[in-house]
Amino acid sequence: MDFIRKNPSLPVFIAGLAIFTLVVTFMSEAYGAGALSTSFVKTLGKTLCLALVAIAMDLVWGYTGILSLGHFAFFGLGGYMIGMWLMYARTKLIVVESMASAALPPTPSEISDAIGTQIFGVVGSSEFPLVWMFAHSFWAQIALVVIVPGILALVFGWLAFRSRVTGVYLSILTQAMTLALSLYLFQNDSGLRGNNGLSGLQNLPGADGISQDYISIWFFWASAFALLITYLIAAFVVSGKFGSVIRGIRDDEARVRFLGYSVEGFKLFVFAMTAVMAAIGGALYYPQAGIINPAEIAPIASIYLAVWVAIGGRGRIYGAVIGAAFVSLVSTYFTGGQAPDIPLGFYTIKWVDWWLVLLGLSFVLVTLFAPKGIGGLFDLITHRMSPKRGGAPLGPDDGSLREQEAEK
Amino acid sequence: MIRRIFVAGLLLLTVALSAQAQDRTIQDVLQEHSDAIIKSSRKTIGPAIDAVANSALPEAQDVLQAWQSKDMWVREEDGLFFKAEKLDSKTYALTDFVTGEPAGEVAKDEIDQIKPNSGIRAMLGAALVQFQLNDPDPSLRRDALLAIQRDGEESHLAPLRASIANESDPEIKELKEVTERLLTISFDEDEAARVAAIEGFRGSLSLDTRAALNPIVTTEVVYAEELSANANVKRILRAGSRDLSVDEAYDLMVEAGAVTPQPSVSERKAALESNIVDGSVGGVSVEDLNTQEARDRAYAALADAGLVPAFDPDFDKASVVTGVQFAEVYSEPSAAVASAAEETLKSISRTVGLNQFFDLSLDGLSLASIYFLAAIGLAITFGVMGVINMAHGEFIMMGAYTGYVIQQIIPDYTVSIIVAIPMAFAVTFAAGVAMERLIIRWLYNRPLETLLATFGVSIALQQLAKNIFGTQARPLTSPGWLDGALQFNDVVAISYIRIAIFVLALIFLGIFLFIMKKTRLGLETRAVTQNPRMAASMGINPDKVNMLTFGLGSGIAGIAGVAIGLYAKVTSELGADYIVQSFMTVVVGGVGNIWGTLLGATMIGFLQKGIEWFNPSNTLAAQTYMIIFIIIFIQFRPKGIIALKGRAAGD
Repeated sequence: MDFIRKNPSLPVFIAGLAIFTLVVTFMSEAYGAGALSTSFVKTLGKTLCLALVAIAMDLVWGYTGILSLGHFAFFGLGGYMIGMWLMYARTKLIVVESMASAALPPTPSEISDAIGTQIFGVVGSSEFPLVWMFAHSFWAQIALVVIVPGILALVFGWLAFRSRVTGVYLSILTQAMTLALSLYLFQNDSGLRGNNGLSGLQNLPGADGISQDYISIWFFWASAFALLITYLIAAFVVSGKFGSVIRGIRDDEARVRFLGYSVEGFKLFVFAMTAVMAAIGGALYYPQAGIINPAEIAPIASIYLAVWVAIGGRGRIYGAVIGAAFVSLVSTYFTGGQAPDIPLGFYTIKWVDWWLVLLGLSFVLVTLFAPKGIGGLFDLITHRMSPKRGGAPLGPDDGSLREQEAEK
Repeated sequence: MIRRIFVAGLLLLTVALSAQAQDRTIQDVLQEHSDAIIKSSRKTIGPAIDAVANSALPEAQDVLQAWQSKDMWVREEDGLFFKAEKLDSKTYALTDFVTGEPAGEVAKDEIDQIKPNSGIRAMLGAALVQFQLNDPDPSLRRDALLAIQRDGEESHLAPLRASIANESDPEIKELKEVTERLLTISFDEDEAARVAAIEGFRGSLSLDTRAALNPIVTTEVVYAEELSANANVKRILRAGSRDLSVDEAYDLMVEAGAVTPQPSVSERKAALESNIVDGSVGGVSVEDLNTQEARDRAYAALADAGLVPAFDPDFDKASVVTGVQFAEVYSEPSAAVASAAEETLKSISRTVGLNQFFDLSLDGLSLASIYFLAAIGLAITFGVMGVINMAHGEFIMMGAYTGYVIQQIIPDYTVSIIVAIPMAFAVTFAAGVAMERLIIRWLYNRPLETLLATFGVSIALQQLAKNIFGTQARPLTSPGWLDGALQFNDVVAISYIRIAIFVLALIFLGIFLFIMKKTRLGLETRAVTQNPRMAASMGINPDKVNMLTFGLGSGIAGIAGVAIGLYAKVTSELGADYIVQSFMTVVVGGVGNIWGTLLGATMIGFLQKGIEWFNPSNTLAAQTYMIIFIIIFIQFRPKGIIALKGRAAGD
């Protein structure tokens, strides 16, 4: 009960997520009225995954004050890891089926060669690169979803934090990391099909008889469940003593260090944990998206992640969820061509062209005038007001909250 | 020595022939060989061509050219040869070879065309070479020599040698000597002459030299147990070594017939497939044939029954090839020539390596100046003021688009570039000032928020550029005098546009230093960035200074945009391509110090080119490793190459 008292938003969030899941289920084509198309269910499922990674971003930025511009790299890596198994397993089924009509039953090495030719034909190769070593095993790849991004985050974070790179330098460094990773994956000999990426991920192996209507709703449930768990973990992490320490690091890192806390250890833990969260989000996202390529982890994607959290309201977990869901759904609405054009007589505003301009400008406005983001609206309802500190920040560090953002 | 005698003999021959030919015309020469010419057979035509070519008559070249281009005709009534030109389908205008005068018009059926086949035309071409090589016009001589260098033939050798002695132009004489040596290497029969010619090319950088030498040192790995005695062996190889894998060695033995090849996996599979009887092969049922062992068993059964070629399951390639000799053999029969060529190529590759290093340094320098140019505006806004401007790349893009728009208005490229540079500065200066006034000044103590707000501006500007100019790349054409490249030799070259960018980068460095160290604005900027309150109490208006400094940094980004647009395509993503590298240049160099930015750009430029040199086909990998290197570099020098100390460091 203490846990809930510390997180008054938790019951509301759980209730909201449950109702949302039920409504979507009963309006889906698979289990209900069919009011929501399968592709829209997929969009909603993907949005839940984005909300999940936004929570991770909020933990690392809003609570710990590390503006990471590289968390989408972990998201993408998670997608790649699960994508390798999906692609391998499905290609294997297809290959075995096509070989069944041959005069002789195929040997294991023949099957493996044929899969290699199928998968790597587009990059002019037929050999399995070393990184595909475990692709045949579902459980191994699931483990890699967590292990690969986790280790990358640990190594990168250890290098960055121990040399006390902070503030904007750290942001640029994380951006460099995701740029390096995406450039590396763009090569054909990276072993992950270069700019073709991995495709056909929406087809689950062995589920040919099941329509996408059902698969999409299953993934939606899985995403909602993962989001719930992530939310609980995040709420648990930030509500205890640990949460106090990382907030302290955000507001005044030097003071926390002088109080005897291992600042590097805390930062590293948060960085690696959020990387793993992002990777799990990616592993759920890309089977719904169907395709992953290196463009997904370009630096811009991670900056959008920061945009969502900022618009939703950093420093509060539900803010991250709201920001990610709101911005990505509105983006889908405007860029998907559903939004009606606005004729001005001399010029017609096409939303497909002007949406990004609007987003960029509204982002500037939110940063300038509403640093609390959408989450700040809830403060109006609960009558939470900031203390009067004359505009001073709560701490001297770059990541520390300003008066306008602080809670009572 | 032999060559000299040969040349002297040829000269004597020419002189003798010309003396003899005083009183006879080219028509006489043609008539002497009339039968052979009309017969037009490759076997018998040789003396006729030689006679014309060596007649030393001024008309000989004309005749050979007409002959080669099928314009030589023979008049049926008297058998005389003429150059004929078609007037209409029935009538031809004749020209006398001797006088060059028109010789009347005739109907087509009164004359016969001489139709040399391609072989004869090639012989005629070779005969024509000597005329081209001795042509009075030096540029024609040079063209002929270059043509020979590209596509030489054995027949060119003699006329070329003959023409060297009489050459008056020293430059062309040198070219002739080089060409003569190239031809000697490829075509001379005499070994000593070839070796001498090869050794003459030590340290040469010319591509043609390497093209002539490389075929000599091409080798082939062969099965060497039954090697003929006169083979030019480079070295003996053993299978399983680094240069000859077991598989390759085995294939060579199979090719040489030294072993009977075992049926391969796919052959055995095909054999099994064709021997399926009632759902089983060799006593093994088809369903069980899903492992290689089962297939081998079935195949062995078939082999025992004599249905398929025998197959030994224990067969091992390695044991077959062990102890067998293989050899690398030159395709060139002469050992002396081959070793001379190897020696010379070694010395050439040393020189080439040295020059490639030089070339690579030039490349690195030009890449460094591009990075420097892109980063110098950032060195002001980020380095001096500490403002993270993610829209810096979009200011570069705005500068490039300004240049493009100006080129649409002013068609002259030189003038338009001269106009575009101040215009780009003005446009981006205004944009920078506007952004500083509207956004950044509210966020001076919130650097992370500055990053996000300017990023918002960046995506808005990018999309705006897409809406206005479309997604396709727009050209920003450089003036004609910047086309082409400064060519030092066949290896080292640098395009003028890169030199211009380098010069521009130097100019900017000078401007930056001047403004920061020598002007009131620079002084005030340094004061404000070090301690805004103190500066304000000394009577400096920090708002104004910040505004102007930010505008200056943005304006320089605009000019950099014009320069970058000249060699890269102008798209809305132009700036985004440079933003991360620019930030890294500033961070690596050391924030707040222009020399640091210069060093950072130099280091990044040279390193990237250096990494590309290891793996030239892959710029993506080079960039990846570059960024990883920078991340590691920051570990050791978190404040960059040149770290500010004391109060200037700000903390």
